[in-house]
Amino acid sequence: MQSSPDQPAVSLDGVAITFALSGGKTYQAVRDIDLTVAPGEFVAIVGPTGCGKSTLLNAAAGLLVPSAGGVEIFGARLSGLNARAGYLFQADALMPWKTARDNVAVALEPKRVARAEALRQADGWLARVGLKTFVSSYPHMLSGGQRKRVALAQMLIRNPEILLMDEPFGPLDAMTRQIMGNLLLDLWAGDRKAVMFVTHDLEEAIALSDRVVVMSAGPAATIIGDFKVGLARPRDTAEIRLDPEFHRIHKDIWESLRAEVQKAYAFGEAG
Amino acid sequence: MTRPKLIAAQVGVAVVVLLVWHVLTNYPIFGDVKNAQFFFSTPAKVIERVIREIFTTEIWHHLWITLQETILAFIFGAAGGILVGFLFARREMLAAVFDPYIKASNALPRVVLAPIFALWFGLGIWSKVALGFTLVFFIVFFAVYQGVREVSPTVLANARMLGMNERQLLRHVYWPAALTWTFSSLHTSVGFALVGAVVGEYLGSSAGLGYKIQEAESVFDVTGVFAGMAILMVFVLALDAVVTAIENRLLVWRPTPGKAL
Repeated sequence: MQSSPDQPAVSLDGVAITFALSGGKTYQAVRDIDLTVAPGEFVAIVGPTGCGKSTLLNAAAGLLVPSAGGVEIFGARLSGLNARAGYLFQADALMPWKTARDNVAVALEPKRVARAEALRQADGWLARVGLKTFVSSYPHMLSGGQRKRVALAQMLIRNPEILLMDEPFGPLDAMTRQIMGNLLLDLWAGDRKAVMFVTHDLEEAIALSDRVVVMSAGPAATIIGDFKVGLARPRDTAEIRLDPEFHRIHKDIWESLRAEVQKAYAFGEAG
Repeated sequence: MTRPKLIAAQVGVAVVVLLVWHVLTNYPIFGDVKNAQFFFSTPAKVIERVIREIFTTEIWHHLWITLQETILAFIFGAAGGILVGFLFARREMLAAVFDPYIKASNALPRVVLAPIFALWFGLGIWSKVALGFTLVFFIVFFAVYQGVREVSPTVLANARMLGMNERQLLRHVYWPAALTWTFSSLHTSVGFALVGAVVGEYLGSSAGLGYKIQEAESVFDVTGVFAGMAILMVFVLALDAVVTAIENRLLVWRPTPGKAL
């Protein structure tokens, strides 16, 4: 499975997703989504809460089948789960009954890697995410940030070609988020994968990504803006926020986002 | 409360209860002492009887029979409960079809089954195992059924995104989840296995603690009944301690509330 350079890693073409609600009603989460992510490109998706950012990610992962439109992965139409993608969830997704090492090693089992080799690689990955001394800990013994590190190692050990991340650092405190952001950029810089990174934090989006995609407020959310982030790499997610260029981009994007945030807020108030 | 203090307080409760019992059955507070002793015996007599009993081989034979019945009832009940619970949780259709029957049979008081089991399986240990089975099965079944269905959707989606097939999901996600719930119901189900055994013995058998108690009861030997109950209580405590030890070993990954690491 070689990624051909001319094909986009992820391509959403006219995607719409509608959920069936109880009582025969329907809820259209997103519509008319055209989005491509090139190999090696880090794309952040921002939007007000409830705008269907995660829905979009689930469509790219194959966890959701779009009601209309198509999903292509490296030029091939996606059917079933996206085997070429790794997914980092917002909520805790580790198996609580497995140690950090087993949680990471088990990710290689579907690839038929021998257990001893899987454990060896798991230790290596846990060391890379800074959890060398926590390999035998169970998830409940770890802090939220440490659990995210384990989840990161679990995703990366499979060497997926596409990384899908759903507000992965959302539940963490501000300091930990920046540390995790830097860790993610460090790991990503090694062999740039295509990334779809969903967040509600615009600053985080700019600090991490090459491109920021802005979504409108739901229901029937769609893409209303697409901004290039020309900041030099490697970046430090904390220091980059002081860069004048960062402020200029932030101002641009915020202008298009602000109206949508207010709309989402009004919709939420109205019920 | 420190541990020695806790134990002192726990022993204190027993001492107070025994003291009240002793006073009420040895001094004519509510009428004749003879009358009181006929209905309630006295702690001294009961303790004396218990000590005498444990130095005979007979009581150990009865205990052994009851223990066997309890363990067998637990093993069969838990195995059946896990199997069916798993199956129903993964096959919604089956669960929907059998739902009223499961509910109906769970609502049935098991005691009414005892004579039928005695008829089917004889007066030996198997009729008691069957009775215990009907109690344990439902506890474990409901726990596993719920446990498997309520596996965190995120953990499940994550495992699927890691590329796991159905067999791997079963092994790494569903099975450990089911096991957790089985163990969370372990104390209850072992207790019920014992209830099944003792009630079965009580209603018709020639050995076991339940038989022993029933035998004493039939000759109005209140001291014997209380002695049997006392032995049963110690037996339950010992069994519970074993269960706790097993549980702590198998569920090391579980957070212990209120205990800093």
